[in-house]
Amino acid sequence: MPEYERWSEARTNAIIAEHAGEPGATLPILHALQEVFGHVPVEAEPLVAAALNLSRAEVHGIVTFYHDFRRHAPGRHVLRLCRAEACQAAGGEALATEVRRRHGIDWHATTPDGALTLEPVFCLGLCACAPAAMLDGEVLGRLDEATLDEALECVA
Amino acid sequence: MSRLRLYLPADAAAIAVGADRVAAALRAAGAARGIAIDLVRTGTRGMVWLEPLLEAESAEGRIGFGPMRPADAEGVLAAILDGGTHAKALGPVVQIPFLREQTRLVFARCGITNPLSPEDYAAHGGWKGLARAKSLGAAATVEEIVASGLRGRGGAGFPTGIKWRTAAAAVGSPKYIVCNADEGDSGTFADRMVMEGDPFLLIEGMTIAGFAVGASQGYIYIRSEYPHAVAAMREAIRIAAREGALDGFALEVRVGAGAYVCGEETSLLDSLEGKRGMVRAKPPLPAIQGLWGKPTVINNVISLASVPWIMAEGAGAYRGFGLGRSRGTMPVQLAGNVRHGGLYECAFGVTLGELVQRVGGGTASGRPVRAVQVGGPLGAYFPPALFDTPFDYEAFAARDGLIGHGGVVVFDDTVDMARQARFAMEFCGLESCGKCTPCRIGSVRGVEVIDRLLAGVRPEAQRELLADLCHTMKYGSLCALGGFTPYPVMSALTHFPEDFVPRAGARMAAE
Ligand SMILES: Cc1cc2nc3c(=O)[nH]c(=O)nc-3n(C[C@H](O)[C@H](O)[C@H](O)COP(=O)(O)O)c2cc1C
Repeated sequence: MPEYERWSEARTNAIIAEHAGEPGATLPILHALQEVFGHVPVEAEPLVAAALNLSRAEVHGIVTFYHDFRRHAPGRHVLRLCRAEACQAAGGEALATEVRRRHGIDWHATTPDGALTLEPVFCLGLCACAPAAMLDGEVLGRLDEATLDEALECVA
Repeated sequence: MSRLRLYLPADAAAIAVGADRVAAALRAAGAARGIAIDLVRTGTRGMVWLEPLLEAESAEGRIGFGPMRPADAEGVLAAILDGGTHAKALGPVVQIPFLREQTRLVFARCGITNPLSPEDYAAHGGWKGLARAKSLGAAATVEEIVASGLRGRGGAGFPTGIKWRTAAAAVGSPKYIVCNADEGDSGTFADRMVMEGDPFLLIEGMTIAGFAVGASQGYIYIRSEYPHAVAAMREAIRIAAREGALDGFALEVRVGAGAYVCGEETSLLDSLEGKRGMVRAKPPLPAIQGLWGKPTVINNVISLASVPWIMAEGAGAYRGFGLGRSRGTMPVQLAGNVRHGGLYECAFGVTLGELVQRVGGGTASGRPVRAVQVGGPLGAYFPPALFDTPFDYEAFAARDGLIGHGGVVVFDDTVDMARQARFAMEFCGLESCGKCTPCRIGSVRGVEVIDRLLAGVRPEAQRELLADLCHTMKYGSLCALGGFTPYPVMSALTHFPEDFVPRAGARMAAE
């Protein structure tokens, strides 16, 4: 289970400083922020902008352009379920419907107890062992209700 | 304590179906017998339906066992050590027809070697291509790639050598080699397999490209959905640099952020520069003004990974495979609802039907194949009536399809083709960079039109409108995201019209 730090300006500036010298540093910085905080807090945007000599609007535009960057902290566990064609062909949509029903959440939502966030993903490259998913960074293939339930035991 | 050497893939697909748990079970079973297991974690052979596929050295070569479950560890170990049979025994791995019938040029080492062992790489023919390039010189290397007939494996099929020639001749410094490892197409995983299973191959290909066009910096842009590939490439680069294999060529991995459109080359360059991944108008070509406005070769992983073989064995040998203007080999990826899912590298020319039925063994569900989507989310859906189409760029284009990056996604007869067409439009809307109107707005309208058609709101008029909209998107979009989304939509409508009829319950959603 990933542990995220509470947002702090000092920590954010330290992360930014680690990468600011690289050419095209924006994505490396945003990835690093999300890894530490679990999301890219809106408070971080002006700091990134100042460090990279961009406008805040530009940084906001970049953060919101990419599907990966979360605006809010996720639940304790994150399930990224593949919704692309190969997984569709192998029953992925039915599996997704069942997960949403059972946990009472839609895509991008977190269960009220903060245990699980469900996110769609469009291809993990596990298309020959579909349907596939990623749970807290662990890859899962050949999923069905039983195997997914087993993997999600940690959430209960 | 005696030792036993075994091979088990650490490819993400193998791990996703339990390879790490099998590894632990094997070690435990070995310990129980007083045997130290020397478990080499390889890439995958690409026979994903057999994963986790364990291999043991024997007098007849490597013997396979799969698909392994942790509970099989003890019994399989006994079969290996004491002789005897096991239900999971597959015999000599190279004799499995799926593997035996392939022409593995790019994937020659994948599944055999330790991906991060420079000794293994060199012992299995690595670095020969770079050495020959160096002995030929830069200009002759470019011409060798031109002569090989290699075309870009990322989707567009542009001749790689011509691109290199343009970048070599372009004025500007520094020059860059960018590897497109965004591999966003559902149904494809060839790039991932190379990066995880034979990363030095890609490094060699990029180093040759850098030498050929005069670039000293390379970037590999890998999708964030591939953490194993990111880790393997970073480690391999570190090792290759330490070994002095890069000759001063600097290589760096950058990670995408979940945007499909960033696989489009100009959008990828914007993303690398730290911006939103907006598609650029061409010209200028990236080869002339690419990354930070400098001459840039941007190639797919498989294009670059084909280069070492071509340089080592010669353009003529490579040209000898394939047909027409499609030369060499293509790693075909069989995915979705298919019995024998995996990667099958073969010369161009094999028919779609052979791939799906004979190689792939039909559906995993055992139901009849109804449709296959070839070439990712922007590729056409083909019915079995078109299974005589040979795997060849021009043959697919002639039938309003594309081979793209070589992905073949199989669907059985439970598929709802109107739903697939709707998904294609929806996906285009979700992933559009927003720069051009046909893609940004057309995709949203496309979903609405399909919804109205299925709701029975003047269905004839909607069918006509959909065709008209697809025409606008095809010819009016800035890049192939909007430009090719009509392929899945129109192929579904053309080949499966029976699915595009008003249905009960759909009316509410459309209003
Ligand atoms: C929407 C879109 C997505 C693409 N995704 C990829 C991709 O993931 N990988 C890739 O190599 N090419 C992709 N391409 C093709 C690239 O634009 C480009 O043709 C390719 O990187 C050139 O390399 P190649 O000549 O070696 O194929 C995509 C194109 C479009 C329009």
